[in-house]
Amino acid sequence: MDILITGLLLGGTYALIAMGLNLQYGMARIMNLANGEMLVAGGFVAFWLWTGSQISPLLTVFVVAPVAFLLNWLIYLIFLRPLVKRAKSRGQLEVDSILTTFGLSFVAVGLMLAFFGGDYFSYSYLSEPVHILGDTYGANRVAAFLAAVVICGLLWLWLNRSRAGMTIRAISVAPEAARLVGIDVRRTAALAFALGGAVTATGGALISTFLTLDASTGVIFTLKALVIVIMGGVGDVRGTIVAALLLGLLETFVARLIDPGLTLAAAYLLFVVILLFRPQGLFGRPTT
Amino acid sequence: MSVLSSRDWGNLALCAIALAIAACLPWTAGAYGLSIGVTIAMYTVLATSWALFSGPTHYISLASAAFFGVGTYVTGIGIQYLPYWTLLPIAGVSGAVMAALVGLATLRLSGVYFVIFTLGLAEFVRQIITWSQNISGTKGIYVLTSIGEMHIYWQLLGLAALVWLLGWLIGRSRLGFALRIIGDDEAVARHSGIDTARAKILLFMVPGAVAAITGAMLAPRYVYIEPSLAFSPMLSFQVVIMALLGGTGRLWGPLVGVIPFTFLWEAISVSFPNQTTLLLGVCFLVIVYLLPKGFVGLIDLAARRMRSAEGYV
Repeated sequence: MDILITGLLLGGTYALIAMGLNLQYGMARIMNLANGEMLVAGGFVAFWLWTGSQISPLLTVFVVAPVAFLLNWLIYLIFLRPLVKRAKSRGQLEVDSILTTFGLSFVAVGLMLAFFGGDYFSYSYLSEPVHILGDTYGANRVAAFLAAVVICGLLWLWLNRSRAGMTIRAISVAPEAARLVGIDVRRTAALAFALGGAVTATGGALISTFLTLDASTGVIFTLKALVIVIMGGVGDVRGTIVAALLLGLLETFVARLIDPGLTLAAAYLLFVVILLFRPQGLFGRPTT
Repeated sequence: MSVLSSRDWGNLALCAIALAIAACLPWTAGAYGLSIGVTIAMYTVLATSWALFSGPTHYISLASAAFFGVGTYVTGIGIQYLPYWTLLPIAGVSGAVMAALVGLATLRLSGVYFVIFTLGLAEFVRQIITWSQNISGTKGIYVLTSIGEMHIYWQLLGLAALVWLLGWLIGRSRLGFALRIIGDDEAVARHSGIDTARAKILLFMVPGAVAAITGAMLAPRYVYIEPSLAFSPMLSFQVVIMALLGGTGRLWGPLVGVIPFTFLWEAISVSFPNQTTLLLGVCFLVIVYLLPKGFVGLIDLAARRMRSAEGYV
C-alpha cells in the first residue's frame, strides 16, 4: 500500500515532465533531447529562489513557466525552424533535430556547470509528514503531485476544449491537412514546443522539492520522459498519464524490493518490452 | 569480387606506407606523444567502424560505450583465467552478439527509437554491473599485465587497418550496395527485395565487435577498471562527433575528424576541465549548421572548385 501510493505520487510528477516532451515530440515533431536540461534548469531556479529569498517552489512555478515558455520559443525560432525549413524528409529532420538538441543539451550542461558548479543541490521544503491511509509521506511529494494533477488537468482541458488546443492536436494528427484548413502550422508548432518546455521546467521546479539534482542529471530525466511518451503512444495525452503512473509504480517497486540502483535499468527494460511488443504505445494507433 | 585495378594497388601501397610510418611513433614521440597517439588510434578505430554503419544508414548509434565497456570487462575478468590473446576474439564475439540483439529489438523501427535505445544501453549495462558488484562485494577489477602503451598502440593500429580493409570490402560487396540504397530511401530498398532489417543488423555487428575489441585492448592501460570508467557515456558522444566532423562519406573521413578533435579536447580538458561538455555541444551545433558533410565535404568542395577553375569540368 505504502509502495503503491509513493509510486503514484512519483508517477504524477513524471506525467507532468513527460507531458512536456509529448507536446514537443508528438505535436511539434521535434525530438528534444535537451528536455531534461530544461527540467534541471527549472529545478535550479526553484532551488536558487528558495535558498536565496525563501520563495516557495509552488510560487516559483509562476516565474519559471513564462520564462521557460519564452526561452523555448526562442530556441525553436533560432535553432529548430531553420532545420524544419531545410529538411527534405521526416528522416532528415529527425537526424538533424537529434544532433541539434544533443548539442543544445551539452551546451546547457556546460553553462550550468560554469554558473552553479558540479555539486548536487537539494533543499528542504515542506518535509513534514502527511498521513494517508495510516502511512506517512513527505508533504513535498504530495504537494508536487497535487500541483502536477492541476496542471495536467488544465492542459487536458485546454487541449480538448479550446480552439488553440484543437489546432495543436490537429497538427499532431495531420500536419498537411491542418494547413489546408487554414491552420498556421509553423506558428502552432512553435507554440506547442514552447508550451512543452514550460511544462517541463515547471515539472523540474516541483520535482526539485524532493529529489536531488545536479547539472548533469538531465539526460536521465530525458530518458525517462521518452520511455513514458513512447509507452503511452506518441501524441496521446491519456497514454502519457497512464504510462507515467505505471513507471512511477515500477520504479518504486524496484527501489523498495530489489535495489534502488536498478530503477533506470528497470525503466529501460520496460522500454525494450514495449518496443518488442507494442511499438506504437499503449494507446497509439499503428503507424502506416 | 572483381580483380583489383592498378589504382587500387596504388591506394593499397599508399595505405601500407602510411601505416608503416604511423607504426614508428613509439620511437619518435615521447611518452606524452605516445599517449596522444593511443587516443587517436583508439578513436580512429571507433569512429571509422561507427561510420561504416551510421554513414550509409543515417542511424545514429550511441552504443559505443556499451560495447567498449563490455570489451573492457571481458579482459578484466578473463585475464585471470585465459591468455590475453584469446580474450580479444571473445570480446569481439560478445560485442557482435550484443549488437545483433540490439539490432533485432530496434532496427525494424524508426531512427529515433534506435538513438534512444542505444543511448540507454550503456547506462543499463553499467547499472547491472554496479549492482552485481555490490551484491558480490567486489568494487573494481585490477588488470595487471606486461602490456605497455606501445603494444596497445600497435594493436590498435592493426585493428584500424583491419577496419579499413573490412570497410573497403563491404563497400564493394552486395551488402554495401544494399546499404547505400537503404540510406537513400528505405521504402525503395524494401520494394526492390532487400531484406533491410537483416542488412542493417549484419552491418551493426561490425561497430559492436570492433568497439568491444578496442575496449579489451585498452583494459591494460587503465590498470583499474570500474563501471563508471568503462561505460562512460562521453565516449559514445565523442565517437559520433569525431566521425561526423570528419565526414562519413569516405572511409578515411572519420580520421580527418579524430585528429583535430583529439588535440582540441586535450587542450580544453587541460585548461578548462569543466568546459568539455560545452565544447561537445558546440561541435554538435557546428556539424548541423556549418559542416553537414564534415571536413570531407569541404575538401571535396575545394577540389571541385579547383578543377572547375582549371577548366576540366
